[in-house]
Amino acid sequence: MADLRVNIGRLSLKNPVMTASGTFGYGVEFADFIDLSRLGGIIVKGTTLKAREGNPYPRMAETPSGMLNAVGLQNKGVDYFVEHIYPEIKDIDTHIIVNVSGASLDDYAETARRLSPLEKIPAIELNISCPNVKEGGMAFGTSCRSAASVVKAVRAVYGGTLIVKLSPNVTDIAEIARAVEAEGADAVSLINTLLGMAVDAERRRPVLFTVTGGLSGACVKPVALRMVWQVFHAVKIPIVGLGGIMNATDAVEFLLAGARAVEIGTANFIDPQVSVKVIDGIAAYLDRQGCRSVEEIIGGLQV
Amino acid sequence: MKKLISDLRVTENVALHDRYVLLKAAPADGTPLPEMLPGQFAELRVDGSPTTFLRRPISINYVDRAANEVWFLIQLVGDGTRQLATLRQGDTLNVVYPLGNGFSLPSGDERLLLVGGGVGTAPLLYLGSMLHEKEYAPHFLLGARSAGDVLQAEAFRRFGTVDITTEDGSAGERGYVTQHSLLQKEHFDRIYTCGPKPMMVAVARYARANGIACEVSLENTMACGVGACLCCVENTRDGHVCVCKEGPVFNIEKLLWQI
Repeated sequence: MADLRVNIGRLSLKNPVMTASGTFGYGVEFADFIDLSRLGGIIVKGTTLKAREGNPYPRMAETPSGMLNAVGLQNKGVDYFVEHIYPEIKDIDTHIIVNVSGASLDDYAETARRLSPLEKIPAIELNISCPNVKEGGMAFGTSCRSAASVVKAVRAVYGGTLIVKLSPNVTDIAEIARAVEAEGADAVSLINTLLGMAVDAERRRPVLFTVTGGLSGACVKPVALRMVWQVFHAVKIPIVGLGGIMNATDAVEFLLAGARAVEIGTANFIDPQVSVKVIDGIAAYLDRQGCRSVEEIIGGLQV
Repeated sequence: MKKLISDLRVTENVALHDRYVLLKAAPADGTPLPEMLPGQFAELRVDGSPTTFLRRPISINYVDRAANEVWFLIQLVGDGTRQLATLRQGDTLNVVYPLGNGFSLPSGDERLLLVGGGVGTAPLLYLGSMLHEKEYAPHFLLGARSAGDVLQAEAFRRFGTVDITTEDGSAGERGYVTQHSLLQKEHFDRIYTCGPKPMMVAVARYARANGIACEVSLENTMACGVGACLCCVENTRDGHVCVCKEGPVFNIEKLLWQI
């Protein structure tokens, strides 16, 4: 069987398949369905310095081949994570990565600082791309200057692997990727959700309380692939690709477009076992193609 | 309770009315059904509907242990439920189940009222069967728009006393469940309810005013069904909690309803 191991900076993954923040809880929610230790990594729910109640209901709208969400970073804050959640998940035999969000540079840096002593959290994913919070979030990810400033502030206090999650809601994602690379990001992950909305025609009202929300699911895959491809040609740091991956073939497409690893998100809602099926499917693809290692196909798109 | 993802085989599709079907299904591999509690639900995968992406949360309507069948009562609301309604005997139905928390069962000698509205009567049949098995004599109060919307009345009668209200008076007493004369005549120690929110709010108000313990089963648009995506929240005394994981059954004392 082909070697599935990949490195994201100094972080060695047993395979390139991780689960995306906000779609997999803290991993334990899926423990009845899969062996969590098979995963390359688990990226846990977006975590902020202070607890957040998130947005009012309704927070979700189904769309053709996808869904909109407007959860708004509901979480109990980093201290609660460190004291109560971390002890419950630290012994899962895979990398646990925390997605970090904030409303200010200080928020981001302080949250990252409080996570840095945790032995079993080797990396954080900096969320500068959440479209569902009024302040911060995506606002940081939509200009080169603000994206760079967040990465700089966090890099100064955080020594672990720093993955920066990029927003697709920009004119040129490649220039944002270059800006965060220049400030010392170890990797970029993309894409976060696409800003969208849904309308209830009968009631003449928006479906979501917040009117707009983040689109995810199979429908976003072509956009995500295009952006991974563009960023692959713009930066040297590794790319973690996500957006609409529903099966192993989708994942392979991202690897070919230049992603060194992938995240499975919304697909977990439809098939809670999809992540391990993707791992097995990538291995089968590599065997079929006569590849000895997943490295052989990363960025291997023949244009 | 361990959650499973499992292929079921549809054993029967019963059209109850033009807007409801009863799907009966059994594990395709013949294994015994898992333990399920009244009030829990399943996430049903919808195959073959281009506009349907997510699973549909459907409550456990009844578990027929002898036949190794689980029943799902489905109201045809949108494309997803309409597609589920096309399933025929022998078709595969993929489910993730059992999910959420069930109703608390009574202890001691309690008089029990189960109030359902519309398709919300679904989980009360399984609850009623369980109460009957434990030698309670549950009283069912079923509300519907009109006679044709009263679902499974005969099945309910196997497990207790059934009273009906319809908005147009075509069956039982005319009006809403909370206007039924039963509530003036009899005292209950515990109420379980499931149905449209305005109905449940009215039932919860009646329960609180009369000092009766009351649990409600909430409906919500869900994605994951296991407490991971945080889409289906209800605002409670503990803040926003997932209906799929902390519910769908809640004690009314935990909710922030204006009752």
